[in-house]
Amino acid sequence: MNKVSERLYNGIVKENPTFVQMLGMCPTLAVTTSAINGAGMGLATTIILTLSNAMIALLRKVIPDKVRIPAFIVVIASFVTIVQFLMQAYVPDLYNSLGIFIPLIVVNCIILGRAEAYASKNPVLPSIFDGIGMGLGFTLGLTTIGIIREILGAGTIFNIRIIPEDYTIPIFVFAPGAFIVLAFIIAILNKRSINKARKEGGTPSLCRIADCASCKNTMCSGSTVNNGKEE
Amino acid sequence: MNIILLAISAAFVNNVVLSQFMGICPFLGVSKKIGTAAGMGGAVIFVMTIASTVTSLIYYYILIPLDLSYLNTIVFILVIAALVQFVEMFLKKAVPSLYQALGVYLPLITTNCAVLGIAISNVQSGYNIGESIINGMFSAVGFAVAIIILAGIREKTDKNDIPESFKGAPITLLSAGLMAIAFMGLSGLIK
Repeated sequence: MNKVSERLYNGIVKENPTFVQMLGMCPTLAVTTSAINGAGMGLATTIILTLSNAMIALLRKVIPDKVRIPAFIVVIASFVTIVQFLMQAYVPDLYNSLGIFIPLIVVNCIILGRAEAYASKNPVLPSIFDGIGMGLGFTLGLTTIGIIREILGAGTIFNIRIIPEDYTIPIFVFAPGAFIVLAFIIAILNKRSINKARKEGGTPSLCRIADCASCKNTMCSGSTVNNGKEE
Repeated sequence: MNIILLAISAAFVNNVVLSQFMGICPFLGVSKKIGTAAGMGGAVIFVMTIASTVTSLIYYYILIPLDLSYLNTIVFILVIAALVQFVEMFLKKAVPSLYQALGVYLPLITTNCAVLGIAISNVQSGYNIGESIINGMFSAVGFAVAIIILAGIREKTDKNDIPESFKGAPITLLSAGLMAIAFMGLSGLIK
């Protein structure tokens, strides 16, 4: 498989940030009240991830190793600010419904994680496709959760009504629905991997969030930041 | 009176984790035992109070006079990252007992989006410096309450016989969902 499609496959399926790595949980739960919000948030993150990956890959030989994390944060925060103003100007409705989670893209584990794990070690072009792949994987995750919540909670899909209003379960568009829908999605994926493991006789790789390990994997936890500075 | 309402609203009605979805990572990741959950909660209260104070001071006395308020995201995240480092160094030297209790949790807080989130929402809601401090402190109290309750539930569910595919993340998310329903019941408290 060539490098470009390998990067895209890796981001969208193999290391899907939402369902496999469970990264970026805050926006995943918060903005998926409708399919359109989920897709909008996913695409905004994709654009920022691609641009920051490209910029960091360009600067990877210039940025001194000791101050790399603050440097990455400045690059990411600059792109987030640019995208924030562009969205405010051109898609004000989406901007208002995503609210505070647009500036909070800065602290999304996925972006700093990819900068540290991939873009800072690889040339520009693969880094761009890595960003696109991971971003689309994230978009896929958010849109899926958004579609489920919108159908159950509001009876619509991309604002097209498919279930009469009397038969909807509004709790799914409120905060508790986010937790419950994600719980069931992960349980189904776990069930699948348990069955697969039973058939092949291996141990199932269950999706779990343990000890903030998901953050440590991609080295964006603060302790790694500290180690980098003290070295 | 307004201050008391603001405090109750920040801590319970608009709970930072269960209704605003900020700081989900530590909420799910560090809630296995009540002891560690309480440590994390304490560290967040400590850092969030200081961070709200410092960021709102910077916003009103540096960014606004220089007409640079559009840079708030960049400035706030750098200030918070630096602040966490300073707090850690200061505690290590000056208050070793507190450092022992909170030390391991402090570095994790830089990537806790609740700290940046509250700093930005303080500014967006137009809170003055006093209100920002109260909002920051009591949002963090809300975080601590939520994470300690979840840890209590998880200690119990760990010993229960639950379906294999629900073990780990799914049962934790379900518990959090049920807690969120309970916290929704408080929403009529303050208009």
